[in-house]
Amino acid sequence: MKQRSLLLRKIKNHLLTAFSVSAIFFAVAIMLWVIWTVICHGKDALTPSLLVNCSAPYGSMAYGIGNAILGTMLITLGAAIIAIPPALLAGIFLAEYTEFPRLAGAISFAANVLMGMPSILVGLFVYTIIVVPTGKFSGFAGSVALAILMFPVIMRTTENMLSMVPNTLRESALALGMTRMRATLYIVCRSAKNGLLTGILLALSRVSGETAPLLFTAMFADSFPTSYFTQPTASLPILITEYATNSPFEVMHQIGWSAALVVMLLVLMTNISTRIFFREKKYGN
Amino acid sequence: MEIKIQTKKLNFFYGDHQALFENDLIIPTNQITAVIGPSGCGKSTHLRVYNRIFELYRDQRAEGEVLIDGKNILEPDVDVLELRRKVGMIFQKPTPFPMSVFDNTAYPLRLHYKLDKKKIAERVEQSLRGASLWDEVKDKLHSSGLALSGGQQQRLCIARAIAAEPEILLMDEPTSAIDPVATLKIEELMDTLRERFTIVIVTHNMQQAARISDQTVFFYEGRIVEYGETKQIFTNPANKQTEEYITGRFS
Amino acid sequence: MKISMMKTDSCFKGICWFCGSLVLLLTAGFFIQLLLASTDAWKEFGWRFFISSEWNPAAEKFGALPSIVSTLITTAIALIFALPLAFAAALFIADAPPLTSSILGHAVDMLAAIPSVIYGMWGLFILAPLMQKYVQPFMVNTLHMDKLPFVNSTYNGFGLFTAGLILAVMILPYICAVLRDVVKMTPAVLKEAAYGIGCTKLEAAKDIILRYGIRGILGGILIGLGRALGETMAVLFVIGNIMNMPKGIFDSASTISSTLASNFAEADGLQRSALFALGLILLAMCLCIQLLSQYFIHATKAKRGE
Repeated sequence: MKQRSLLLRKIKNHLLTAFSVSAIFFAVAIMLWVIWTVICHGKDALTPSLLVNCSAPYGSMAYGIGNAILGTMLITLGAAIIAIPPALLAGIFLAEYTEFPRLAGAISFAANVLMGMPSILVGLFVYTIIVVPTGKFSGFAGSVALAILMFPVIMRTTENMLSMVPNTLRESALALGMTRMRATLYIVCRSAKNGLLTGILLALSRVSGETAPLLFTAMFADSFPTSYFTQPTASLPILITEYATNSPFEVMHQIGWSAALVVMLLVLMTNISTRIFFREKKYGN
Repeated sequence: MEIKIQTKKLNFFYGDHQALFENDLIIPTNQITAVIGPSGCGKSTHLRVYNRIFELYRDQRAEGEVLIDGKNILEPDVDVLELRRKVGMIFQKPTPFPMSVFDNTAYPLRLHYKLDKKKIAERVEQSLRGASLWDEVKDKLHSSGLALSGGQQQRLCIARAIAAEPEILLMDEPTSAIDPVATLKIEELMDTLRERFTIVIVTHNMQQAARISDQTVFFYEGRIVEYGETKQIFTNPANKQTEEYITGRFS
Repeated sequence: MKISMMKTDSCFKGICWFCGSLVLLLTAGFFIQLLLASTDAWKEFGWRFFISSEWNPAAEKFGALPSIVSTLITTAIALIFALPLAFAAALFIADAPPLTSSILGHAVDMLAAIPSVIYGMWGLFILAPLMQKYVQPFMVNTLHMDKLPFVNSTYNGFGLFTAGLILAVMILPYICAVLRDVVKMTPAVLKEAAYGIGCTKLEAAKDIILRYGIRGILGGILIGLGRALGETMAVLFVIGNIMNMPKGIFDSASTISSTLASNFAEADGLQRSALFALGLILLAMCLCIQLLSQYFIHATKAKRGE
């Protein structure tokens, strides 16, 4: 029997290895390039006064992103308050109350659709159900939009974390005469606490950098947020968009880069510290 | 007696832990050699040196010599792909590839040889017959290999191994995950394979070793305690440990 | 007292049930809202909305074709670049020693954590000028790729191609993470069997690992696809935002999501309705991807004889 050329097979194999190495090198290089670019362009304009001052309309000589930082925090915090309780309960429903398999299947599918939903559509949705009826853009509307984005993510993490809790723990809690609610909240959730926190923090860090859902909900304002429910509220991602695309001034671009640096630090720091902080403990439980 | 495999002072390490000590062994051509011993004694480890499959894992390393047809296969210039074509391996659990019965058997052929479609079909049939599986699967050649029963899957793996025309078959407890009836079939099959291949089988089942093998090797704690003709090992072992193991006084 | 405890318990169950069902309500709400808000456009244009390439607010004529086509092209470009890179990178990560593997894995995850607006900015100020100055001239003048269909001979750094590249970088980590799990989850004994009959790494990867994990791989591809379809900000910054039918991949254009982002604020009346109709089309695409992934999971299950 005629053998296939070993040399050719090996060359192909080496090509794959080379391609593998260059692919991972490429991915990491791009990441470093993006981060490096933001740091280089953003660090010069990043002064303490920039961080606390309010932003100003184009052409004026006053600069600041303080209102946007505060706005981002407000909107994200609001989103967390709105989304976390029902998402946890929904996750509990999927993991603990397994007597409705069809409903659970439908919910899982809907959650997949919702997680794959383009974030700009969430913006449109909230615009229609909140901004149009109230007649006002508001930080609250922005929070609702981000909350909708977070909801399925936290629900899914909760479900996964809770189903990793061994059944014997549930049974022994119920055997002590606890109600299902107590057993779930005090025993099951507590033992999955670290996993739940990790999931929530990662979801928060992710939505805090979202832009598209805020475009038509929180909008933007050159003032500090004073009324969460009735006024447009500035946020860092929208400020970046405004300054980068709608402004001819070099100074504005500079501030945009600085704002990008702040967002990036905010998001990556939460992300990395969450991963590091909860890494060992997660396996302990 | 022709020598097919000979190991000289074979040592094996998992990281810092030494698992095999100075193994010296001779395996004759076209015979079945059974490797027995308590679990964790290094019998599988020893087998996995013959096709250098241990090299997949970073911290595993072998020292010494393993001569196959007189050539030391642990030398770096040995071609591993060619070695593994020559030395087939059957694993503890059946490992059919996620493809049809036909493709499973044809896979090593397509991998190593340049053959046209007709030739491939012929050789697939030959191999499946060789593994006494043909009659059971000839009507479902194009259904998934994973749809077969456990025993059939294991025989499919044997068919796949012999399709590449190896000279040696390594079997690592091939019947431990299979029911007794299917085990019997595989033992019968091995008896017919003996003419064409040199077979080394690791087993924890002493009756199996006694039934099918020509030569038996007894491992204990990484060392080869004793080896020789199966009849002699089972009726008149030279070593006390061997005797104790075979009579079931420790396991 | 027993009874009140039972009551709170079933109350709690009821609340959990309701919160779970919220997801269903929300998903249905999205469809209903977009459908209601776009009725005017559907009434006015009907099926012509899909095939008309005119977008003229002054004449109140709106068609979805250019933005649908642009969305599909940017997504296709993104997948073409991201898929092979992601698979190769995943193979490397899964195979590397534990420490390297975990560092590289986290590094790739970071790529997904960077907010999309930052990719947009990077694309606008760094990538687009580079494309205009070096990459596109190289493609056109040196490789003569403008002889190929759908490659323009004129370029300005912006457009479908640049947007596709940024999308590729953005979806790479998602696909890579899924593929990494697929490679890692292939049973060791199956890999040993593949190497045991003399496979090279490439052969084991493409014939055994790829086939074994086909479900996961399709899942990963579909996740990436969904991301690329709906991504707004990164595309908005570099696509050029022109509501014309693109003739080649260097043309400026506008995807569905970037059209929504750039036109919605100023639009009213029929145009707003048409924008909602675009949103509905985008949502339908994403739903199709989900349905497709469910289908693939079942189909491949059957094929592998499970």
